Amino acid sequence: MKKHILLVVAALVLVACKDVDEAAVLNPNRNVTFNFTQNWEGDEITNADYQTTEYTNAHGETMTISKLRYLISDIAFTDENGDSTIIKGYNLVNAREATNTQYKPAKKIQEGTYTLSFTFGFEKEDNIDGAYPDLTSADWNVPEDLGGGYHFMQLEGTFIDNTGTVAPYLYHTIRAANKTDDALELQDTSFEVDLGTVTVKEGVVYEIKMDVAEWFKNPNEWDLNELNSNLMGNFGAQLKMSENGRTVFSLGETTIVEE
Amino acid sequence: MTVFKNIPTFVLTVACALLISSCAKEETNKTEQAEEGYEPTPLALQTPVLFQEKLDSPVIPADNPQTVEGVALGKKLFFDPILSGNNTLACAGCHIQEEGFSDSRQFSPGIDGVEGRRNSMPLFNLAWNHKETFFWDGRAISLENQALEPVIDPVEMHNTWPNAVSSLQAAPEYPELFAKAFGTSTIDSTLVSKAIAQFVRTLISGNSRYDQYLRGEIELTQAEQNGLNVYKDEERGDCFHCHGTPPNNLLWTDNDFHNNGLDKTFDDLGRGAITGDPREFGLFKTPSLRNLAYTAPYMHDGRFETLEEVIDHYSEGLVYSETIDPLMKAVGEGGVQLSEQDKQDLKAFLLALSDESFINNPDFQNK
Repeated sequence: MKKHILLVVAALVLVACKDVDEAAVLNPNRNVTFNFTQNWEGDEITNADYQTTEYTNAHGETMTISKLRYLISDIAFTDENGDSTIIKGYNLVNAREATNTQYKPAKKIQEGTYTLSFTFGFEKEDNIDGAYPDLTSADWNVPEDLGGGYHFMQLEGTFIDNTGTVAPYLYHTIRAANKTDDALELQDTSFEVDLGTVTVKEGVVYEIKMDVAEWFKNPNEWDLNELNSNLMGNFGAQLKMSENGRTVFSLGETTIVEE
Repeated sequence: MTVFKNIPTFVLTVACALLISSCAKEETNKTEQAEEGYEPTPLALQTPVLFQEKLDSPVIPADNPQTVEGVALGKKLFFDPILSGNNTLACAGCHIQEEGFSDSRQFSPGIDGVEGRRNSMPLFNLAWNHKETFFWDGRAISLENQALEPVIDPVEMHNTWPNAVSSLQAAPEYPELFAKAFGTSTIDSTLVSKAIAQFVRTLISGNSRYDQYLRGEIELTQAEQNGLNVYKDEERGDCFHCHGTPPNNLLWTDNDFHNNGLDKTFDDLGRGAITGDPREFGLFKTPSLRNLAYTAPYMHDGRFETLEEVIDHYSEGLVYSETIDPLMKAVGEGGVQLSEQDKQDLKAFLLALSDESFINNPDFQNK
């Protein structure tokens, strides 16, 4: 009798193990990596280009870039049933200094085919003033008078203005804030970027490209003579920048790296 | 009789000899004990509550944890001129507590009477420099590396490390203090720099009027509150992009490098001299705005004696150069053109960042 019980238990254990192994073999969880790159209408922007390479924006101004930092959050893998696996968290890219240009989240994603998306900036519920000390160390905060929270992007440089003079620009994006004597109206200007369909495999690396020229082009042709600095407190400018940001990102190369 | 007469003396002599021998053994044992797995006493940084809430953890290297004995040794070294070439100048000679651990002289003279070319940097809250670049040009990576340089700088302490180490090794008290701090009585420059770095990490300033205001203990004056608004207002002071956004960044610096429009051409290349990158010519570390009441003169070269001069610079004194930071956005008009009232209020607010308890803290005094 004892022998029979032992055999049954052993058989059950084997079956259970088989089930687990099959699931793991069929849909194993994989590390995913994101490489953030920047370009101007397809020309890669490297460290050597900052402050030196002149670009012409859609409105016709000659401009340079001296700083480019931006934050993305909550990368999502959504399957064909509409179920999303969200990598909660954020990544602050410093393009010029090439810090955090590679993002390797701890969370693994099950092998399969998904729609890949992320949030540019912080959604309203994540844009909590003072909540992320590392972003304070990175001097990424927004004053309380403008709603607090954090910057989404700091794009800075110089342009030749309509008098032929070199002038600075500070294209800073934040949650839009309309401050009056009586109230502070806030509007979330973060947005979801849909990068299309991807396949998760072992060692997969996705390139996420930013075309900086798009910030000045579509749908709002940007005139730096009119809008060059003090944009954080400019409610209308923030809405326009948010609109222009929708076409800035795209999925680049997908590669496999042996781990 | 003679023998008996001498018995008390004999006994006393033997007793003394035994006592001396015992003391000597104790000393030897102490050193040996230190060298055989002795562990110094861990010492936590006295971090202000607001720092704990708002800032990332301080930078403490895994190979140089804070200890009671290490900090005590670092403090002794900081105030001891033994590290200088002629035993006349200590770290504290140019980093004076009453002056926010900076120097009210524009340029501090070294042991040979030769002046440097930059103003002595204040020392506080350096454990929260997460970028870990030190000096006006950021040439030292880590506080430990920073501590190595002044000793051998020919216009500062003008010594050599072998000579400084030899002096410490020969001094009666130091070998044992090093043994207590690091488990070895064999001194080297690395251990000296580690001890000094430990002491410097304890120099924490977090009790200004503004800190007290954030803790709900006091109210700001109307002038201070207006000054804070000028500081945060993108269209007026816009100080926060380089000096940090209150109430979160209580360091009052981004620990980064900027050309803030001081000169058309550069006698001192600053950060660019270290990196060799022309795009960084004329860039210098953003200094903290804490303790401005004590840290005059201002700027990397101490060119401004008063806060009024500093504010006037940003208001109407900006000068264009190729590497000027775009954050100096009003350079075309010479500056942000603050009203006289805004200037006065901004000054009042900046002074509210000064921490009197820091410059009087007995823990930081040479006692």
